Order: sequence, then C-alpha cells, then structure tokens
Amino acid sequence: MARRQRPDPRVDELDGSRASRILGGGGVRSTLVAAVSTIAFFGLLVLLVVNAPGWPEVRESFFDGDVFRESVRDIAPKLLRNIQMFLIAEVFILVFGLAIAILRSLPGPVFFPVRLLSVAYTDFFRGVPTILVIYLFGFGVPALGLAGVPTSPFFWGVASLVLVYSAYVSEVYRAGIESIHPSQEAAARSLGLTRAQALRFVIVPQAVRRVIPPLLNDFIGLQKDTALVALIGPVEAFRQSQIEVAATFDYTPYFATALLFVLLTIPLARFTDWLVERQRRRTR
Amino acid sequence: MNALELHGVSKSFGDHLVLKEIDLEVGEHEVVCVIGASGSGKSTLLRCVNLLDPIDEGRILVEGRDVTAPGVDANEVRRGIGIVFQAFNLFPHMTVLRNVTLAPREVLGRSRADAEADAEELLRRFGLADKRDAYPDRLSGGQQQRVAIVRALAMRPELMLLDEVTSALDPELVGEVLNVIRELAAGGMTMLIATHEMSFAREIADQVCFLDEGVILEQGPPEQIFSAPREPRTRQFLQRIVEAGRL
Repeated sequence: MARRQRPDPRVDELDGSRASRILGGGGVRSTLVAAVSTIAFFGLLVLLVVNAPGWPEVRESFFDGDVFRESVRDIAPKLLRNIQMFLIAEVFILVFGLAIAILRSLPGPVFFPVRLLSVAYTDFFRGVPTILVIYLFGFGVPALGLAGVPTSPFFWGVASLVLVYSAYVSEVYRAGIESIHPSQEAAARSLGLTRAQALRFVIVPQAVRRVIPPLLNDFIGLQKDTALVALIGPVEAFRQSQIEVAATFDYTPYFATALLFVLLTIPLARFTDWLVERQRRRTR
Repeated sequence: MNALELHGVSKSFGDHLVLKEIDLEVGEHEVVCVIGASGSGKSTLLRCVNLLDPIDEGRILVEGRDVTAPGVDANEVRRGIGIVFQAFNLFPHMTVLRNVTLAPREVLGRSRADAEADAEELLRRFGLADKRDAYPDRLSGGQQQRVAIVRALAMRPELMLLDEVTSALDPELVGEVLNVIRELAAGGMTMLIATHEMSFAREIADQVCFLDEGVILEQGPPEQIFSAPREPRTRQFLQRIVEAGRL
C-alpha cells in the first residue's frame, strides 16, 4: 500500500480471458476439453454405481420418484424453520464473536483474566461436539426449572448454535484484527485517539472487511448444522424427513432433504466465492 | 521556554540499547534535523517523544511540562504533537477527508461541519483540494504523504515530528513533500525531523544532530556539521553520503 499500484498489462490480459475459476479459461478448445473430460468422469461414476450389486434396492428405497415429489412438498415448508434459526443465530453470532475477539485482544496484565476467559470459551465450544452442546442446553437448562428462563427447545437450540459458532467466528475476527499492521494503530494513537477509539474507527472496520469471506464460510456450516436442533424436538426439515421415513420405510425423504439443504447453501457459497475473487482483484 | 527538551533519555528493546542518555533541545519555531545511518535510533527517538514507545530512563519536557512523569495522559500529550511516518500510514478504508477529520472530530469533539471546513482549507493549501473524496490507494506516494502531513496538522499541533517522510517515495515525488515542509518551516512550525535528505537538512535546519548508535555524537548549526564536522564518525558518515552522490 506504500506505493501507487501500477496497472500491469499482462495481469489484466490474463484476468480478462479467465471467465471463471471453476469453468477454466475461455476458448473453444478448452471448453471442449472440459466438456469431454466431465462427461467421461461422471459417466464412469454413474456406470460404477448402477452396476453395483445392491443398486436396484438402493434406487427403490432412496430415489423413488413419487415419494420424492411428495416429501419435497412436505419438507420444503419446514425448511423455513431452519432458515429462521440461522438468520436469528447469525445476528447474535456476529455480535458475540466480535466481542470475544476484542476481549481477547486487550493488552496488559490487568486484562489477563478476561483474556483467559475468552480463550477458555473458544477452546471449550470448539472442542465439544455441537450435538452435545444442543443436548446439554436443550434438555439440561429447562430441567433446572428456573423461573423466567425459557424452556422452548427452539430457543435453546438456537442458543447452542450461537454459543458454538461464536467461538469459531471470534477466531476469524481475531485473525482479521491481527492481520492489521501495527502501524495503523500507531497512526491512530499518534493522533490522540484512545485504544478503544483506534479499535472502533481504524482496526475493526478494516479487519471486518478482510474476514467477510471466511465468516460467510462459517455461516454455510451453520446453515446445515441447524438440522442438529431437530434432535431436541423442533420440527424442521430434517425432523420432518425422519417422520416421513418412519411412516413409509422409504429413505427418499432423506435424499430430498439433503438436496434442499444443498440448494439452500449454494447461493451463499457462490456469493462468498464472488467476494473472495473481488477482494483478490482489489488487493493486487 | 523550549518547545521540547530531552534529558538523559535512554531506551532499549530487550538487550539492545537503542538510545543512550540523549540530551536534546528544540526551541520554539526551531527546526532540528536528526541525521545518521539507518538503525542509529532516529525513528525510536521520534516515537519516544510522541510516547508511542515508553522510555526507560530520563525525562521529556514538552512546553516545559514533563510528559514522562507518572500519571500523565499520553492521549492528551499526543494531541499536541503531530507525527508523520515514513510509510504514510493513512487509513485505507477512509477517504482523504475522513482521514483528516477523524481525530479532530473524535478526539477534540469538533462538529463535522467545523472539522471539514478546516480540513478543506488545509487540503487546498497543500494542493489536495480535488482529492478530498479519494481513497488513499488512488493517490501517488507524494500525495499520500502530503495527506498524512495535513492529517497531523488538522490537530493544530505545537510540534511536528517527521520520520524520514520522503524515504519511501519515488525520487520524482520527493520535491513536492519537501516543499510542504519548507512551507511549514516558513510558517514558524516547530519541527524535529529525522531525514536522509542532507541538502534539505542543510537548507532548512536551525540545528543538526548526528545520531550514531543511539548517541548524539555531534550537534550544531548545519554549516558547522556539514562543512567542519568535529567527530571522525560524523566525517566518515558524511563522506559516504557524498560518495553516494546525496550531498
């Protein structure tokens, strides 16, 4: 950043010809090669699967067309419950994660207990399997019978996701904060800003911009982990598919649910890719 | 009363003693240039004066007030001292105008309109009026460094510290930054300048200090330091500069 970037004609040319990372470079020849190798690869894979000895049974119990249509109709509305869960959770995760990251970055011996606590928090919630956190909070806290404490499994399911994902996200924020060169803080402090002001106006805004792609990556993980909340009660997409499977002894509803979850995460995944690509272009 | 006084200031990083019992005085409206090889402690000296690095021993007086005494609010001291760094250190996520108005607004509590009017006046004075809405990465090095100087000036400092402000610049951009410093000197700004630009130091300084391995070996008016240095090390240093064609 010390010097003005000079446009490098070679780089621009490369960039212009590259339509997309996934699809490879442009040009008729490379498109053709990509098409042939894709067909060959997936053709082989399909051949392998349909010639497996158990394929006829698997096809019947996992890929039944009628059951599929019916279960998508029943499960899709329940997916709204998952969407609701992760939208609520994300708001709290963004706030808690940042708070934990900032607490951990406080300097000096006075703040040692605070740093210790935030390290313990992230170690604990990154270490314990999410499913156990959901069980512990979903069944444990309501069982205490404390007055005024919510007992809804939906509440504790979302709360568990917030606790677990805040630990991951705080590490992402921390990496961002530490990636900002100390000279930025020196410049801010030299103008008379306090440490808190330097964090608020100079360091955190730059750090957040830098970590948006990895942050969204964690949110993709969160979207599918909302299915785990099913295990303490709320009927969301995965729970609904379990109900359907139990009624018909056909596993197609699981396949339908998997497909719905993938469709749900693809837009966010592509958006993240796009952001990463844009950032890469900017910082060159 | 002197604008700045250093008495027996020492500073070490680990085992490495960077500054050894530095005594230095900068009078009101005086320009003092610190010269010396890279690693001689010039930057550390300036950072200590701005309290960015705490000193181990000695006292620093700004306008007669001991700013190294216990209980002194470092943030308050820094408000009155502007520092400009070699690498500019502009805030890349803010426009030029926001870079310049951030501290006046957040530290001095000035209103947005007030701070912006002031900033625009300063930007105009240094030929940057049309850059007010630009982001730093759209500016040349020379423009960025002029913005950094304006950002420091916007706090209306009593004292400016310039830390090799032209060292990171392409040669053709050095002149525009030196002109800004000349203008500040002509306006009576008190400045402590660490620099490798010897002819500039000779032209602008009231006093020149030669810093060698953390010690001020020699100090005096520029004619004396550059024409008749007393210390062999000073002569040696200047000889190398002459050989490099920089004086």
